[in-house]
Amino acid sequence: MADYSKPLPVLEGLTEEFYGWCKNGELRFQRCTECGAWRHVPREMCPECSSTDWDWQRSSGRGRVFTWTVAERPLHPAFAGSAPYAPVVVEMDEGVRLLSEVVDCLPADLRIDMPVEVQFEAVTPEVTLPKFRKAGAP
Amino acid sequence: MINLKNQACIAGIGETRYVRKPGSGLSQLALQLQAAKSAVEDANLSLKDVDGLMPFPNLGHAEEFAANLGIENLRFAATVHTGGAAPVASLRIAAMAVCTGAANAVLVPAGWNAYSGSRARDTVSQDVSSLPGGRIARDYYLPFGLTAPPQWYSLMARRHMHEFGTTAEQLGAIAVAMRKHAQLNPNAVMYGKPLSIDEYLASPMITDPYRLFDCCLETDGAAAVVVTSAERARDLGRPAVSIMSVASGQPYPADEITNRKDIFRTGLTIAAPEAFAAAGVTPRDIDFAEIYDCFTFEVLQQIEEIGFCARGEGGAFVENGRIELGGELPINTHGGLLSEAHVLGMNHIVEAVKQLRGDAGERQVEDAEIGLVTGWGDFGDGSIAILGAGGVE
Repeated sequence: MADYSKPLPVLEGLTEEFYGWCKNGELRFQRCTECGAWRHVPREMCPECSSTDWDWQRSSGRGRVFTWTVAERPLHPAFAGSAPYAPVVVEMDEGVRLLSEVVDCLPADLRIDMPVEVQFEAVTPEVTLPKFRKAGAP
Repeated sequence: MINLKNQACIAGIGETRYVRKPGSGLSQLALQLQAAKSAVEDANLSLKDVDGLMPFPNLGHAEEFAANLGIENLRFAATVHTGGAAPVASLRIAAMAVCTGAANAVLVPAGWNAYSGSRARDTVSQDVSSLPGGRIARDYYLPFGLTAPPQWYSLMARRHMHEFGTTAEQLGAIAVAMRKHAQLNPNAVMYGKPLSIDEYLASPMITDPYRLFDCCLETDGAAAVVVTSAERARDLGRPAVSIMSVASGQPYPADEITNRKDIFRTGLTIAAPEAFAAAGVTPRDIDFAEIYDCFTFEVLQQIEEIGFCARGEGGAFVENGRIELGGELPINTHGGLLSEAHVLGMNHIVEAVKQLRGDAGERQVEDAEIGLVTGWGDFGDGSIAILGAGGVE
Protein backbone atom coordinates (compact mmCIF):
# COMPACT_ATOMS: atom_id res chain seq x y z
CA MET A 1 0.00 0.00 0.00
CA ALA A 2 2.86 2.35 0.80
CA ASP A 3 3.98 2.30 -2.81
CA TYR A 4 0.64 2.83 -4.53
CA SER A 5 1.48 4.86 -7.59
CA LYS A 6 -1.69 4.65 -9.67
CA PRO A 7 -3.80 7.75 -10.20
CA LEU A 8 -6.14 8.59 -7.36
CA PRO A 9 -9.37 10.57 -7.32
CA VAL A 10 -9.13 14.08 -5.92
CA LEU A 11 -11.29 13.97 -2.79
CA GLU A 12 -13.24 17.16 -2.87
CA GLY A 13 -16.90 18.05 -3.23
CA LEU A 14 -19.24 15.32 -4.37
CA THR A 15 -16.32 13.05 -5.27
CA GLU A 16 -15.23 13.19 -1.63
CA GLU A 17 -18.74 12.13 -0.58
CA PHE A 18 -18.92 9.24 -3.06
CA TYR A 19 -15.56 7.84 -2.05
CA GLY A 20 -16.31 8.59 1.61
CA TRP A 21 -19.10 6.00 1.45
CA CYS A 22 -16.72 3.57 -0.24
CA LYS A 23 -14.27 4.01 2.64
CA ASN A 24 -17.16 2.93 4.88
CA GLY A 25 -17.64 -0.20 2.79
CA GLU A 26 -20.82 1.12 1.17
CA LEU A 27 -21.60 1.75 -2.48
CA ARG A 28 -24.00 4.68 -2.54
CA PHE A 29 -25.28 6.78 -5.41
CA GLN A 30 -27.22 10.01 -5.41
CA ARG A 31 -30.97 9.47 -5.67
CA CYS A 32 -33.19 12.47 -6.38
CA THR A 33 -35.70 13.02 -3.58
CA GLU A 34 -38.15 14.71 -5.96
CA CYS A 35 -38.38 12.19 -8.80
CA GLY A 36 -36.50 9.16 -7.50
CA ALA A 37 -33.96 9.01 -10.32
CA TRP A 38 -30.59 7.47 -9.49
CA ARG A 39 -27.50 9.05 -10.97
CA HIS A 40 -23.80 8.50 -11.44
CA VAL A 41 -21.32 10.26 -11.71
CA PRO A 42 -22.29 12.67 -8.92
CA ARG A 43 -23.97 15.85 -10.10
CA GLU A 44 -25.19 18.98 -8.32
CA MET A 45 -28.61 18.77 -9.90
CA CYS A 46 -30.99 16.06 -11.05
CA PRO A 47 -30.92 16.14 -14.85
CA GLU A 48 -34.39 14.57 -14.98
CA CYS A 49 -36.29 17.12 -12.90
CA SER A 50 -33.74 19.82 -11.97
CA SER A 51 -34.09 19.24 -8.25
CA THR A 52 -31.08 19.98 -6.09
CA ASP A 53 -32.29 17.64 -3.32
CA TRP A 54 -30.88 14.17 -3.09
CA ASP A 55 -30.00 11.35 -0.73
CA TRP A 56 -26.97 9.10 -0.97
CA GLN A 57 -28.88 5.85 -1.26
CA ARG A 58 -27.25 2.53 -0.76
CA SER A 59 -26.94 0.35 -3.84
CA SER A 60 -27.70 -3.35 -3.73
CA GLY A 61 -24.10 -3.68 -4.83
CA ARG A 62 -25.16 -6.07 -7.56
CA GLY A 63 -24.89 -5.55 -11.28
CA ARG A 64 -23.89 -7.04 -14.64
CA VAL A 65 -20.93 -6.52 -16.90
CA PHE A 66 -22.04 -4.04 -19.59
CA THR A 67 -18.82 -3.71 -21.56
CA TRP A 68 -15.06 -3.57 -21.10
CA THR A 69 -11.76 -3.15 -22.89
CA VAL A 70 -8.55 -5.10 -22.33
CA ALA A 71 -5.51 -2.85 -22.09
CA GLU A 72 -2.75 -4.98 -23.53
CA ARG A 73 -0.43 -2.09 -24.23
CA PRO A 74 -0.94 0.34 -21.35
CA LEU A 75 -1.08 4.00 -22.22
CA HIS A 76 -0.17 5.43 -18.83
CA PRO A 77 3.17 4.92 -17.07
CA ALA A 78 1.51 3.92 -13.77
CA PHE A 79 -0.15 0.95 -15.46
CA ALA A 80 2.90 -0.21 -17.40
CA GLY A 81 3.35 -3.25 -15.20
CA SER A 82 -0.32 -4.21 -15.04
CA ALA A 83 -1.01 -5.41 -18.56
CA PRO A 84 -3.19 -7.07 -19.55
CA TYR A 85 -5.88 -5.50 -17.42
CA ALA A 86 -9.54 -4.76 -18.10
CA PRO A 87 -11.43 -1.63 -17.11
CA VAL A 88 -15.05 -2.80 -16.93
CA VAL A 89 -18.33 -0.89 -17.11
CA VAL A 90 -20.77 -2.46 -14.65
CA GLU A 91 -24.48 -1.75 -14.96
CA MET A 92 -25.92 -1.80 -11.47
CA ASP A 93 -29.38 -3.16 -10.65
CA GLU A 94 -30.38 0.45 -9.97
CA GLY A 95 -29.65 1.31 -13.62
CA VAL A 96 -26.55 3.46 -13.22
CA ARG A 97 -23.24 2.37 -14.62
CA LEU A 98 -19.86 2.44 -12.98
CA LEU A 99 -16.34 2.09 -14.38
CA SER A 100 -14.37 -0.39 -12.28
CA GLU A 101 -12.77 -3.81 -12.58
CA VAL A 102 -13.68 -7.43 -11.83
CA VAL A 103 -10.90 -8.65 -9.59
CA ASP A 104 -11.43 -12.40 -9.81
CA CYS A 105 -11.95 -12.73 -13.54
CA LEU A 106 -9.23 -12.88 -16.17
CA PRO A 107 -9.78 -10.32 -18.91
CA ALA A 108 -10.21 -13.11 -21.45
CA ASP A 109 -13.02 -14.66 -19.37
CA LEU A 110 -15.20 -11.56 -19.11
CA ARG A 111 -18.67 -11.93 -20.59
CA ILE A 112 -21.38 -9.37 -21.22
CA ASP A 113 -24.12 -9.66 -18.56
CA MET A 114 -21.84 -11.58 -16.18
CA PRO A 115 -23.33 -10.98 -12.70
CA VAL A 116 -20.99 -9.19 -10.30
CA GLU A 117 -21.12 -7.73 -6.82
CA VAL A 118 -19.18 -4.92 -5.24
CA GLN A 119 -16.33 -5.17 -2.81
CA PHE A 120 -13.99 -2.52 -1.53
CA GLU A 121 -10.24 -2.11 -1.69
CA ALA A 122 -8.39 0.43 0.42
CA VAL A 123 -5.60 1.33 -1.95
CA THR A 124 -4.22 4.06 0.31
CA PRO A 125 -5.12 5.15 3.86
CA GLU A 126 -7.30 7.90 2.32
CA VAL A 127 -8.78 6.20 -0.74
CA THR A 128 -10.94 3.11 -1.01
CA LEU A 129 -12.01 2.05 -4.50
CA PRO A 130 -15.18 0.10 -5.33
CA LYS A 131 -14.26 -3.05 -7.24
CA PHE A 132 -16.26 -6.12 -8.22
CA ARG A 133 -16.12 -9.89 -7.93
CA LYS A 134 -18.10 -12.54 -9.78
CA ALA A 135 -21.49 -13.15 -8.18
CA GLY A 136 -23.77 -16.18 -8.19
CA ALA A 137 -26.88 -16.02 -10.35
CA PRO A 138 -29.52 -13.66 -8.80
CA MET B 1 -34.53 31.60 -40.00
CA ILE B 2 -31.39 32.38 -41.99
CA ASN B 3 -29.93 29.55 -44.05
CA LEU B 4 -26.32 30.16 -45.00
CA LYS B 5 -26.25 27.49 -47.70
CA ASN B 6 -23.61 28.39 -50.29
CA GLN B 7 -23.15 31.86 -48.75
CA ALA B 8 -19.60 31.08 -47.62
CA CYS B 9 -16.70 29.26 -49.22
CA ILE B 10 -13.47 27.60 -48.34
CA ALA B 11 -11.29 29.90 -50.42
CA GLY B 12 -7.86 28.51 -49.58
CA ILE B 13 -6.16 25.41 -48.17
CA GLY B 14 -2.64 24.79 -46.93
CA GLU B 15 -0.71 21.94 -45.37
CA THR B 16 2.82 21.07 -44.34
CA ARG B 17 4.61 17.80 -45.01
CA TYR B 18 3.39 15.07 -42.67
CA VAL B 19 6.17 13.18 -40.92
CA ARG B 20 7.09 10.83 -38.12
CA LYS B 21 10.82 10.11 -37.70
CA PRO B 22 12.84 12.30 -37.27
CA GLY B 23 10.13 14.84 -36.45
CA SER B 24 9.20 18.10 -38.08
CA GLY B 25 12.03 20.08 -36.54
CA LEU B 26 9.56 22.90 -36.05
CA SER B 27 7.60 24.08 -33.06
CA GLN B 28 3.87 23.43 -32.92
CA LEU B 29 3.27 27.10 -33.67
CA ALA B 30 5.78 27.26 -36.51
CA LEU B 31 4.08 24.27 -38.18
CA GLN B 32 0.71 25.95 -38.01
CA LEU B 33 2.10 29.27 -39.26
CA GLN B 34 3.54 27.48 -42.29
CA ALA B 35 0.19 25.89 -43.13
CA ALA B 36 -1.57 29.20 -42.50
CA LYS B 37 0.66 31.08 -44.93
CA SER B 38 0.04 28.42 -47.58
CA ALA B 39 -3.71 28.61 -47.12
CA VAL B 40 -3.80 32.39 -47.40
CA GLU B 41 -1.59 32.27 -50.51
CA ASP B 42 -3.75 29.54 -52.02
CA ALA B 43 -6.76 31.85 -51.62
CA ASN B 44 -4.98 34.64 -53.54
CA LEU B 45 -5.14 36.73 -50.39
CA SER B 46 -2.42 38.45 -48.44
CA LEU B 47 -2.03 38.05 -44.70
CA LYS B 48 -3.09 41.69 -44.33
CA ASP B 49 -6.52 40.63 -45.60
CA VAL B 50 -7.03 38.15 -42.78
CA ASP B 51 -9.13 39.59 -39.96
CA GLY B 52 -10.56 36.48 -38.35
CA LEU B 53 -8.85 33.59 -36.55
CA MET B 54 -10.20 30.36 -35.10
CA PRO B 55 -7.34 28.44 -33.47
CA PHE B 56 -7.74 24.83 -32.36
CA PRO B 57 -8.42 24.32 -28.63
CA ASN B 58 -5.22 24.39 -26.56
CA LEU B 59 -2.87 24.64 -29.54
CA GLY B 60 -2.27 28.37 -29.55
CA HIS B 61 -3.93 31.68 -28.93
CA ALA B 62 -5.26 33.96 -31.63
CA GLU B 63 -2.94 36.65 -30.27
CA GLU B 64 0.24 34.74 -31.03
CA PHE B 65 -0.96 33.72 -34.48
CA ALA B 66 -1.81 37.33 -35.29
CA ALA B 67 1.52 38.62 -33.95
CA ASN B 68 3.52 36.16 -36.03
CA LEU B 69 1.45 36.48 -39.19
CA GLY B 70 1.37 40.27 -39.14
CA ILE B 71 -2.41 40.37 -38.76
CA GLU B 72 -2.85 43.93 -37.52
CA ASN B 73 -6.62 44.17 -37.87
CA LEU B 74 -7.90 41.16 -35.99
CA ARG B 75 -11.64 41.67 -35.53
CA PHE B 76 -12.90 38.17 -34.90
CA ALA B 77 -11.32 35.42 -32.80
CA ALA B 78 -13.00 32.34 -31.40
CA THR B 79 -12.27 28.71 -30.56
CA VAL B 80 -14.69 25.79 -30.53
CA HIS B 81 -13.90 23.53 -27.56
CA THR B 82 -14.89 20.16 -28.96
CA GLY B 83 -11.50 18.59 -29.59
CA GLY B 84 -11.22 16.94 -33.00
CA ALA B 85 -14.73 18.10 -33.87
CA ALA B 86 -13.49 21.71 -33.76
CA PRO B 87 -12.06 22.19 -37.27
CA VAL B 88 -15.32 21.20 -38.97
CA ALA B 89 -17.43 22.98 -36.35
CA SER B 90 -15.30 26.09 -36.91
CA LEU B 91 -16.41 26.20 -40.55
CA ARG B 92 -19.89 27.09 -39.35
CA ILE B 93 -18.74 29.84 -37.04
CA ALA B 94 -16.38 31.18 -39.72
CA ALA B 95 -19.26 31.16 -42.24
CA MET B 96 -21.46 33.03 -39.77
CA ALA B 97 -18.67 35.57 -39.25
CA VAL B 98 -18.07 36.30 -42.93
CA CYS B 99 -21.77 36.31 -43.82
CA THR B 100 -22.54 38.90 -41.16
CA GLY B 101 -19.50 41.06 -41.83
CA ALA B 102 -17.86 40.21 -38.51
CA ALA B 103 -14.81 39.29 -40.56
CA ASN B 104 -13.79 39.25 -44.24
CA ALA B 105 -11.44 36.30 -44.16
CA VAL B 106 -11.23 33.77 -41.34
CA LEU B 107 -8.14 31.61 -40.97
CA VAL B 108 -8.65 28.22 -39.28
CA PRO B 109 -5.32 26.49 -38.48
CA ALA B 110 -4.60 23.17 -36.75
CA GLY B 111 -1.39 21.27 -36.22
CA TRP B 112 0.95 19.68 -33.74
CA ASN B 113 3.96 17.51 -33.13
CA ALA B 114 2.02 14.44 -32.08
CA TYR B 115 5.01 12.28 -33.01
CA SER B 116 8.02 14.20 -31.72
CA GLY B 117 6.09 15.89 -28.90
CA SER B 118 4.24 13.81 -26.32
CA ARG B 119 2.91 10.40 -27.39
CA ALA B 120 -0.34 8.70 -26.40
CA ARG B 121 1.51 6.11 -24.35
CA ASP B 122 2.83 8.89 -22.16
CA THR B 123 -0.59 10.31 -21.37
CA VAL B 124 -0.65 11.25 -17.74
CA SER B 125 -3.26 12.75 -15.49
CA GLN B 126 -2.62 16.34 -16.47
CA ASP B 127 -3.33 15.54 -20.09
CA VAL B 128 -6.98 14.81 -19.39
CA SER B 129 -7.42 18.03 -17.47
CA SER B 130 -8.17 20.04 -20.60
CA LEU B 131 -11.16 17.87 -21.52
CA PRO B 132 -14.64 18.99 -20.52
CA GLY B 133 -14.86 15.62 -18.76
CA GLY B 134 -11.35 15.98 -17.36
CA ARG B 135 -12.24 15.95 -13.66
CA ILE B 136 -14.63 13.03 -14.16
CA ALA B 137 -11.94 11.08 -16.01
CA ARG B 138 -9.43 11.93 -13.30
CA ASP B 139 -11.72 10.82 -10.45
CA TYR B 140 -13.67 7.90 -11.96
CA TYR B 141 -11.69 6.50 -14.91
CA LEU B 142 -7.97 6.96 -14.29
CA PRO B 143 -7.93 5.10 -10.97
CA PHE B 144 -9.01 1.99 -12.90
CA GLY B 145 -6.62 2.44 -15.79
CA LEU B 146 -9.04 3.89 -18.34
CA THR B 147 -6.69 6.64 -19.35
CA ALA B 148 -6.68 7.35 -23.10
CA PRO B 149 -9.01 7.70 -26.11
CA PRO B 150 -8.57 4.21 -27.62
CA GLN B 151 -9.60 2.75 -24.28
CA TRP B 152 -12.65 4.98 -23.94
CA TYR B 153 -13.97 4.23 -27.39
CA SER B 154 -13.15 0.53 -27.40
CA LEU B 155 -15.78 0.21 -24.65
CA MET B 156 -18.36 1.16 -27.29
CA ALA B 157 -16.80 -1.04 -29.95
CA ARG B 158 -17.06 -4.15 -27.78
CA ARG B 159 -20.70 -3.43 -27.02
CA HIS B 160 -21.40 -2.91 -30.73
CA MET B 161 -19.80 -6.27 -31.51
CA HIS B 162 -22.04 -7.85 -28.87
CA GLU B 163 -25.28 -6.16 -29.98
CA PHE B 164 -24.80 -6.30 -33.75
CA GLY B 165 -22.17 -8.95 -34.44
CA THR B 166 -19.64 -6.48 -35.83
CA THR B 167 -16.36 -8.33 -36.44
CA ALA B 168 -12.66 -7.62 -36.32
CA GLU B 169 -12.50 -8.33 -40.06
CA GLN B 170 -14.98 -5.52 -40.66
CA LEU B 171 -12.88 -3.09 -38.64
CA GLY B 172 -9.92 -4.37 -40.63
CA ALA B 173 -11.67 -3.57 -43.91
CA ILE B 174 -11.68 0.07 -42.83
CA ALA B 175 -7.98 0.02 -41.96
CA VAL B 176 -7.16 -1.66 -45.27
CA ALA B 177 -9.22 0.86 -47.27
CA MET B 178 -7.59 3.88 -45.65
CA ARG B 179 -4.15 2.35 -46.25
CA LYS B 180 -4.99 1.62 -49.87
CA HIS B 181 -5.88 5.26 -50.43
CA ALA B 182 -2.64 6.38 -48.80
CA GLN B 183 -0.74 4.53 -51.54
CA LEU B 184 -1.98 7.20 -53.95
CA ASN B 185 -0.93 10.06 -51.67
CA PRO B 186 2.79 10.97 -51.60
CA ASN B 187 2.29 13.18 -48.51
CA ALA B 188 0.79 10.27 -46.56
CA VAL B 189 2.99 8.88 -43.82
CA MET B 190 1.96 5.38 -44.93
CA TYR B 191 2.73 6.00 -48.59
CA GLY B 192 4.62 2.97 -49.86
CA LYS B 193 3.39 0.82 -46.97
CA PRO B 194 0.36 -1.19 -48.08
CA LEU B 195 -1.60 -3.23 -45.54
CA SER B 196 -3.38 -6.54 -46.04
CA ILE B 197 -6.21 -7.84 -43.90
CA ASP B 198 -3.93 -10.64 -42.66
CA GLU B 199 -1.32 -8.11 -41.54
CA TYR B 200 -4.09 -6.15 -39.87
CA LEU B 201 -5.33 -9.20 -37.95
CA ALA B 202 -1.80 -10.16 -36.97
CA SER B 203 -0.97 -6.71 -35.62
CA PRO B 204 -0.57 -6.38 -31.85
CA MET B 205 -3.62 -5.66 -29.73
CA ILE B 206 -3.43 -2.27 -28.05
CA THR B 207 -6.72 -2.24 -26.14
CA ASP B 208 -9.12 -4.99 -27.15
CA PRO B 209 -10.73 -4.81 -29.66
CA TYR B 210 -8.41 -2.09 -31.01
CA ARG B 211 -5.28 -3.41 -32.66
CA LEU B 212 -2.33 -1.30 -33.74
CA PHE B 213 -3.83 -0.72 -37.18
CA ASP B 214 -7.19 0.27 -35.74
CA CYS B 215 -5.48 3.32 -34.24
CA CYS B 216 -4.75 6.67 -35.81
CA LEU B 217 -1.20 7.75 -36.51
CA GLU B 218 0.82 10.07 -34.32
CA THR B 219 2.48 12.53 -36.66
CA ASP B 220 3.96 16.00 -36.93
CA GLY B 221 2.18 18.33 -39.29
CA ALA B 222 -0.32 21.14 -39.75
CA ALA B 223 -3.06 22.19 -42.12
CA ALA B 224 -5.23 25.27 -42.45
CA VAL B 225 -8.15 26.70 -44.40
CA VAL B 226 -9.40 30.22 -45.12
CA VAL B 227 -13.13 30.95 -45.18
CA THR B 228 -14.61 33.93 -47.00
CA SER B 229 -18.06 34.89 -48.20
CA ALA B 230 -19.09 33.38 -51.53
CA GLU B 231 -19.03 36.85 -53.06
CA ARG B 232 -15.46 37.45 -51.89
CA ALA B 233 -14.40 34.02 -53.10
CA ARG B 234 -15.69 34.77 -56.58
CA ASP B 235 -13.60 37.97 -56.67
CA LEU B 236 -10.46 36.08 -55.67
CA GLY B 237 -10.50 34.07 -58.88
CA ARG B 238 -9.55 30.76 -57.27
CA PRO B 239 -11.66 27.60 -57.41
CA ALA B 240 -13.66 28.01 -54.22
CA VAL B 241 -15.62 25.26 -52.59
CA SER B 242 -19.07 26.11 -51.21
CA ILE B 243 -20.02 25.44 -47.65
CA MET B 244 -23.51 24.02 -48.15
CA SER B 245 -24.14 23.37 -44.47
CA VAL B 246 -22.39 22.65 -41.17
CA ALA B 247 -23.87 21.31 -37.96
CA SER B 248 -22.56 20.26 -34.56
CA GLY B 249 -23.82 18.19 -31.68
CA GLN B 250 -22.78 16.67 -28.40
CA PRO B 251 -23.67 13.30 -26.88
CA TYR B 252 -25.47 13.22 -23.55
CA PRO B 253 -23.85 13.46 -21.13
CA ALA B 254 -20.93 14.81 -23.14
CA ASP B 255 -18.50 14.78 -20.22
CA GLU B 256 -18.93 11.14 -19.20
CA ILE B 257 -19.00 8.16 -21.53
CA THR B 258 -20.30 5.24 -19.44
CA ASN B 259 -23.78 6.45 -18.41
CA ARG B 260 -25.53 7.10 -21.69
CA LYS B 261 -28.96 5.58 -22.27
CA ASP B 262 -28.00 5.02 -25.90
CA ILE B 263 -24.23 4.65 -26.01
CA PHE B 264 -24.10 4.92 -29.81
CA ARG B 265 -25.90 8.26 -29.85
CA THR B 266 -23.04 10.69 -30.36
CA GLY B 267 -22.90 14.36 -31.34
CA LEU B 268 -23.05 13.37 -34.99
CA THR B 269 -26.41 11.65 -34.43
CA ILE B 270 -27.85 15.06 -33.65
CA ALA B 271 -25.84 17.05 -36.20
CA ALA B 272 -26.24 14.91 -39.34
CA PRO B 273 -29.99 15.30 -39.92
CA GLU B 274 -29.69 19.05 -39.42
CA ALA B 275 -26.81 19.32 -41.90
CA PHE B 276 -28.64 17.31 -44.57
CA ALA B 277 -31.84 19.33 -44.12
CA ALA B 278 -30.01 22.65 -44.31
CA ALA B 279 -28.10 21.59 -47.42
CA GLY B 280 -31.22 20.15 -49.02
CA VAL B 281 -29.50 16.84 -49.81
CA THR B 282 -29.63 13.25 -48.55
CA PRO B 283 -26.90 10.68 -47.87
CA ARG B 284 -27.52 9.29 -51.38
CA ASP B 285 -26.29 12.58 -52.87
CA ILE B 286 -22.88 12.33 -51.21
CA ASP B 287 -20.07 11.46 -53.63
CA PHE B 288 -17.35 10.89 -51.00
CA ALA B 289 -16.94 11.26 -47.25
CA GLU B 290 -13.92 12.27 -45.21
CA ILE B 291 -14.77 10.82 -41.83
CA TYR B 292 -12.80 11.51 -38.65
CA ASP B 293 -11.01 8.20 -38.22
CA CYS B 294 -9.35 8.39 -34.81
CA PHE B 295 -10.01 4.63 -34.78
CA THR B 296 -11.59 2.26 -37.29
CA PHE B 297 -14.70 1.63 -35.19
CA GLU B 298 -15.40 5.36 -35.07
CA VAL B 299 -15.67 5.36 -38.87
CA LEU B 300 -18.20 2.53 -38.75
CA GLN B 301 -20.14 4.26 -35.99
CA GLN B 302 -20.23 7.55 -37.88
CA ILE B 303 -21.36 5.84 -41.10
CA GLU B 304 -24.38 4.59 -39.15
CA GLU B 305 -25.14 7.85 -37.37
CA ILE B 306 -24.89 9.85 -40.62
CA GLY B 307 -27.53 7.55 -42.06
CA PHE B 308 -25.57 5.88 -44.85
CA CYS B 309 -26.98 2.69 -43.33
CA ALA B 310 -29.00 1.72 -40.28
CA ARG B 311 -27.56 1.30 -36.81
CA GLY B 312 -25.84 -2.06 -36.64
CA GLU B 313 -25.34 -2.42 -40.39
CA GLY B 314 -22.04 -0.57 -40.53
CA GLY B 315 -20.03 -3.78 -40.56
CA ALA B 316 -21.67 -5.03 -43.73
CA PHE B 317 -21.49 -1.54 -45.24
CA VAL B 318 -17.70 -1.36 -45.11
CA GLU B 319 -17.14 -4.77 -46.66
CA ASN B 320 -16.39 -5.64 -50.27
CA GLY B 321 -14.76 -2.37 -51.26
CA ARG B 322 -17.81 -0.15 -50.88
CA ILE B 323 -15.77 2.51 -49.07
CA GLU B 324 -12.75 2.32 -51.35
CA LEU B 325 -12.01 4.56 -54.32
CA GLY B 326 -14.06 3.12 -57.17
CA GLY B 327 -16.69 1.90 -54.71
CA GLU B 328 -20.09 3.30 -53.94
CA LEU B 329 -18.92 5.70 -51.22
CA PRO B 330 -15.18 6.38 -51.07
CA ILE B 331 -14.16 7.26 -47.52
CA ASN B 332 -10.98 9.08 -46.54
CA THR B 333 -9.56 9.30 -50.01
CA HIS B 334 -6.28 10.69 -48.58
CA GLY B 335 -5.78 7.83 -46.15
CA GLY B 336 -7.28 9.60 -43.15
CA LEU B 337 -5.87 9.88 -39.66
CA LEU B 338 -5.20 6.17 -39.94
CA SER B 339 -2.85 6.33 -42.91
CA GLU B 340 -2.20 9.91 -44.08
CA ALA B 341 -1.51 11.75 -40.81
CA HIS B 342 -3.24 12.95 -37.69
CA VAL B 343 -3.87 16.59 -38.31
CA LEU B 344 -6.84 16.89 -35.99
CA GLY B 345 -9.27 16.39 -38.85
CA MET B 346 -8.16 19.54 -40.66
CA ASN B 347 -6.54 17.30 -43.28
CA HIS B 348 -10.00 15.84 -43.97
CA ILE B 349 -11.32 19.31 -44.84
CA VAL B 350 -8.27 19.94 -47.06
CA GLU B 351 -8.78 16.64 -48.91
CA ALA B 352 -12.49 17.35 -49.43
CA VAL B 353 -11.61 20.69 -51.00
CA LYS B 354 -9.07 19.04 -53.32
CA GLN B 355 -11.69 16.50 -54.41
CA LEU B 356 -14.30 19.18 -55.12
CA ARG B 357 -11.77 21.29 -57.04
CA GLY B 358 -10.88 18.28 -59.17
CA ASP B 359 -7.33 18.47 -57.77
CA ALA B 360 -6.99 15.06 -56.17
CA GLY B 361 -4.90 13.54 -58.93
CA GLU B 362 -4.82 9.75 -58.79
CA ARG B 363 -7.24 9.84 -55.86
CA GLN B 364 -9.84 11.87 -57.74
CA VAL B 365 -13.41 10.71 -57.26
CA GLU B 366 -15.01 11.02 -60.69
CA ASP B 367 -17.59 13.81 -60.97
CA ALA B 368 -17.17 14.75 -57.31
CA GLU B 369 -19.82 17.41 -56.72
CA ILE B 370 -20.92 17.02 -53.12
CA GLY B 371 -18.84 15.67 -50.26
CA LEU B 372 -18.98 15.59 -46.51
CA VAL B 373 -16.45 15.92 -43.73
CA THR B 374 -16.95 14.94 -40.11
CA GLY B 375 -15.19 15.85 -36.91
CA TRP B 376 -15.11 13.85 -33.67
CA GLY B 377 -13.81 14.99 -30.33
CA ASP B 378 -13.52 14.23 -26.65
CA PHE B 379 -16.20 11.75 -25.56
CA GLY B 380 -18.09 11.85 -28.87
CA ASP B 381 -18.72 15.48 -29.75
CA GLY B 382 -19.52 15.62 -33.44
CA SER B 383 -19.58 17.95 -36.38
CA ILE B 384 -20.40 17.55 -40.06
CA ALA B 385 -19.91 19.82 -43.05
CA ILE B 386 -21.51 19.26 -46.45
CA LEU B 387 -19.42 20.90 -49.14
CA GLY B 388 -20.16 21.49 -52.80
CA ALA B 389 -18.06 22.03 -55.90
CA GLY B 390 -18.23 25.58 -57.24
CA GLY B 391 -21.52 26.19 -58.95
CA VAL B 392 -23.43 23.45 -57.12
CA GLU B 393 -26.91 24.65 -56.16
